[in-house]
Amino acid sequence: MANATPRVPSLFLKALKKSPWVFHVGTSGCNNCDIEIADCLTPRYDIERFGMKLAGSPRHADVMLITGPVSRACREPLQQAWLEMPRPRAAVMVGACACSMGAYKDAYSVTGPPDKVLLEVDPDARFVYVPGCPPKPETIIMGIVKLLGAL
Amino acid sequence: MGEITTWVFFFLIFPGMLFAVFVGLAMSWVDRKVTALVQWRKGPPVTQPLWDVLKLLGKEVIVPAQAWAGGFLAFPFVAFSAVAVAGTFVWMAATGFGPPPMGDLIVVLYLLTVPTLAVILGGAASGNPLGAVGASRDMKLLLAYELPFVIALLVAVFQERVVDGETIRAGTLSLSGLVEFQDLAGSILLRPSGFLAFLVALFCAHAKLGFVPFDLAEAECEIGEGALLEYSGAALALFKLTQAVLLATMPVLLVTVFWGGMDPGVGGVLAFVGKIVLILVLFVLIKNTNPRVRIDQAMRFFWGPVTIVALLALLLAQLGL
Ligand code: SF4
Repeated sequence: MANATPRVPSLFLKALKKSPWVFHVGTSGCNNCDIEIADCLTPRYDIERFGMKLAGSPRHADVMLITGPVSRACREPLQQAWLEMPRPRAAVMVGACACSMGAYKDAYSVTGPPDKVLLEVDPDARFVYVPGCPPKPETIIMGIVKLLGAL
Repeated sequence: MGEITTWVFFFLIFPGMLFAVFVGLAMSWVDRKVTALVQWRKGPPVTQPLWDVLKLLGKEVIVPAQAWAGGFLAFPFVAFSAVAVAGTFVWMAATGFGPPPMGDLIVVLYLLTVPTLAVILGGAASGNPLGAVGASRDMKLLLAYELPFVIALLVAVFQERVVDGETIRAGTLSLSGLVEFQDLAGSILLRPSGFLAFLVALFCAHAKLGFVPFDLAEAECEIGEGALLEYSGAALALFKLTQAVLLATMPVLLVTVFWGGMDPGVGGVLAFVGKIVLILVLFVLIKNTNPRVRIDQAMRFFWGPVTIVALLALLLAQLGL
């Protein structure tokens, strides 16, 4: 994992930790995780305190939040969106579905959990797993914070 | 030689690029913080805009396969340098720092159009369909607000006052000339014509900054930041810095033209900062209490009521009010 990541100067690394912009991809879960992600923006949780911001385009993002198992239709768009993110980049798997397929395991319509799908196109991809069905907003925020600590 | 170094200092350090960047970042923090307070949130820390820019500077710059690479990478520089020069002229005139600047209203107006044009061209060069949509909206918006903006600034030029039985006219396009006129005759803002023109200019500046309700060129939730969609890393950072410097320039331009610039002394500086922050907070409140308009609504708004009010202000100014 560590060998392929380009060495980044520490000031930039600090800046990255202070302002992780997230891009949200729903790969056909039940949509409840997506709602919990939207909750993080509300006054109660206010992730802007940590400099996190929802980016409108993967080009602007540093962290990708992925919810749900990857359906056949979502496979290529997900891979493409991942490759569009400028390096360094990382992903957070939000919810049981994204971590391990959850209730969709062995379903005919899905092609695998997002981490496997992303590893196919980018072997250096880094992930953090946030289990729960759906995870609480606190848990999601904690997941992102852990990810930043691991960078 | 000495003169050249002083001008380099003016343009690059104070009150040009470096200073304007920091003021602009601080002002964009005020924007985000006030927005957060309006929404009952806590908001980002004061260093947040700086970290954002630093982070973007360190990220990978991706040139999309379908883009015209040269233009795509050049336009951020064009936008940033133009707005930095415009900022220098406006700040020098407002604060009376250095020699009377060469630039007058016309130069500043042109330079302030360049960032918008660069965003339009950059969006077109990115080869992204949503970028093209954003670029075309930006172009229409530019056409919409530029006309009333020019008329509103002309109102200041046509001001006439009777001071001690003598009629004095502003009659100058130079920014420092307008500040001198207001030193003699009082703020233009305080007269009926000046007040109307100020309101018009406020709306136009709001649209120029791309704030809600006139953010339809960026429209994050429908066309994902429009023309900036494909930009990443340092190129995006330059556009963000352009926006920051523009944010540091527009309120100062309004204060210079309509509100008498800065008086010398500590009190003068404090009053100047107060005026700027007041205008900024006004922007933020308008931004937070209005939903986005459609492009046809924006054009009807600017070419209809706003232009009519601007013409009315021009008429009043001609009547000496
Ligand atoms: S983890 Fe649960 S809540 Fe989240 S998408 Fe899957 S089924 Fe829905």
